[in-house]
Amino acid sequence: MSDSEKKKPNRRDFIVTATTAAGAVGVGAVVWPLVDQMNPDASVKALASTEVDISAVEPGQSITVLWRGKPVFIKRRTKEEIDSARAVDLSELKHPEKDEDRAKNPEWLVMLGVCTHLGCVPLTDKGDYGAWFCPCHGSHYDTSGRIRKGPAPTNMEVPKYEFVNSNTIKIG
Amino acid sequence: MSDHEYTPKSKVGKWFNDRLPLLTLANHLTDYPTPKNLNYWWTFGGILTFCLITQIITGIVLGMHYVAHADLAFQSVEHIMRDVNYGWLIRYVHANGASMFFLAVYIHIFRSLYYGSYKSPREVIWIIGMLIYFLMMATAFMGYVLPWGQMSFWGATVITNLFSAIPLVGESITNWLWGGYSVDNPTLTRFFSLHYLFPFLILGLVVLHIWALHVPGNNNPIGIDIKKPSKDTVPFHPYIVIKDLFALLIFLLIFAFFVFFSPNILGHADNYIEANPLVTPAHIVPEWYLLPFYAILRSVPDKLLGVIAMFAAIFVLVILPWLDTSKVRSTVFRPIYKQFYWFLVADVLILGYVGAMPAEGLYLLIARVATAYYFAHFLIILPFLGLKEKTTPLPLSITEPILGGSPDMAMARNNSNYKEKL
Repeated sequence: MSDSEKKKPNRRDFIVTATTAAGAVGVGAVVWPLVDQMNPDASVKALASTEVDISAVEPGQSITVLWRGKPVFIKRRTKEEIDSARAVDLSELKHPEKDEDRAKNPEWLVMLGVCTHLGCVPLTDKGDYGAWFCPCHGSHYDTSGRIRKGPAPTNMEVPKYEFVNSNTIKIG
Repeated sequence: MSDHEYTPKSKVGKWFNDRLPLLTLANHLTDYPTPKNLNYWWTFGGILTFCLITQIITGIVLGMHYVAHADLAFQSVEHIMRDVNYGWLIRYVHANGASMFFLAVYIHIFRSLYYGSYKSPREVIWIIGMLIYFLMMATAFMGYVLPWGQMSFWGATVITNLFSAIPLVGESITNWLWGGYSVDNPTLTRFFSLHYLFPFLILGLVVLHIWALHVPGNNNPIGIDIKKPSKDTVPFHPYIVIKDLFALLIFLLIFAFFVFFSPNILGHADNYIEANPLVTPAHIVPEWYLLPFYAILRSVPDKLLGVIAMFAAIFVLVILPWLDTSKVRSTVFRPIYKQFYWFLVADVLILGYVGAMPAEGLYLLIARVATAYYFAHFLIILPFLGLKEKTTPLPLSITEPILGGSPDMAMARNNSNYKEKL
């Protein structure tokens, strides 16, 4: 467009722009509740933490509890399992994380029992690393729940948790 | 749309038609000129319409007895199977109907690929068709979740987790889809709602699909443009209607075989176990009609790239009219493309087979080769072949090869003499 054709915005242009902008805000205000209603609701969020009694878990044993609709693995690891997890060189890992950072108390590994590939529940004491193996698409995890082989992109997630006392873990 | 003006005979008909031209529409559909050489592969449009209506009717009935709640859904499906009068029949028709719907749609799509029905001027028909296909997959997936068995639950988990591969916002999107932190009751209720809605969206798109078809008219087995109406065409009614009905009857025989003699053969036994969020079945497989895409997803070792490859496998179909550079529509006149066409058919069948097998060892290798070939077919072979291939001569009309006294298309090569004789 040449300069002569370029017209200066007049008051009508201003009104059109302002009306369109206000209309867009209005549409957004109507659409957002329709989108947000699908997000986790208050009743779902209210179940955000779970307390678990771990007094009956023997070394080498693992229990699975449900938290936020997902399984959480609580594994009481043996000495060998801890050692093998800690002996791994970080450069070998697809998602480098120290075992010390994943298990605050080395005996207890608490993590979401959800394969980070597409959300299946891995099988315990299976796979190439004698720890977890996801049957859906073949991801192998080590005794620290770290991804070692297969399509999963990251280690199994460690949720926020704390020891309420020596026999109880609070997840969430 | 119609080439001639239509006036209803009765006074009332004329009065009504002037206000809402429904009778003009009915007349257009009746007289609609159709190429006279359409073969039985062209009957699947009608069969698919039948499938959609069947799914809607049986689905509405099932919705009267089904309870969309995580604690009650599984029981309510068993209630339909055992207590509701003819509930078993209606559910088996609905469940096997989905498979028959996909069987028909795959034949319909491969018919289009063989005869070049996606090419100009029919690109919009093709794209609407692909939208329908995509919505069909979404609808079927959500429908499979509703019985809330183990395969329902874990299929839903795996498929919704595909979205978690999206960088940054992936987790928020999956939580939004789920309405929680995992597949649970909110997921089930919204899937039920959308599973009820989507077939009507498909129905709307089918109307557009047929409307877009009636603008240029049908393609035909030799893929040439024809004059309408002419001696190359016959009216839709009764010629095509009766042929479609006959094909539908044969199709219904196969349909009935599945419903009455092996209603569960296409399903998975694990779906008769109620959903358990703590235990994943040893071997998760989607329904058979999604297996080729599942194989593509698993053949890529990276999560995000695998998801991209899977969606790209559908997207290359959408842009197919622009990937195939050949101006000749029908494969009948494309000797080299004909071979590649059958390679593609075999490739998709292989993908479907390895999609059902564990993703390891030789199966994984085959899946990777087949995935690479799938994309090579559309992105490399088709664009180049269209430019290089020497096609055989096209006849001038549908009747020409017949009236010229030769039973095959070969006589078309000498068609210049024939034209003079006319």
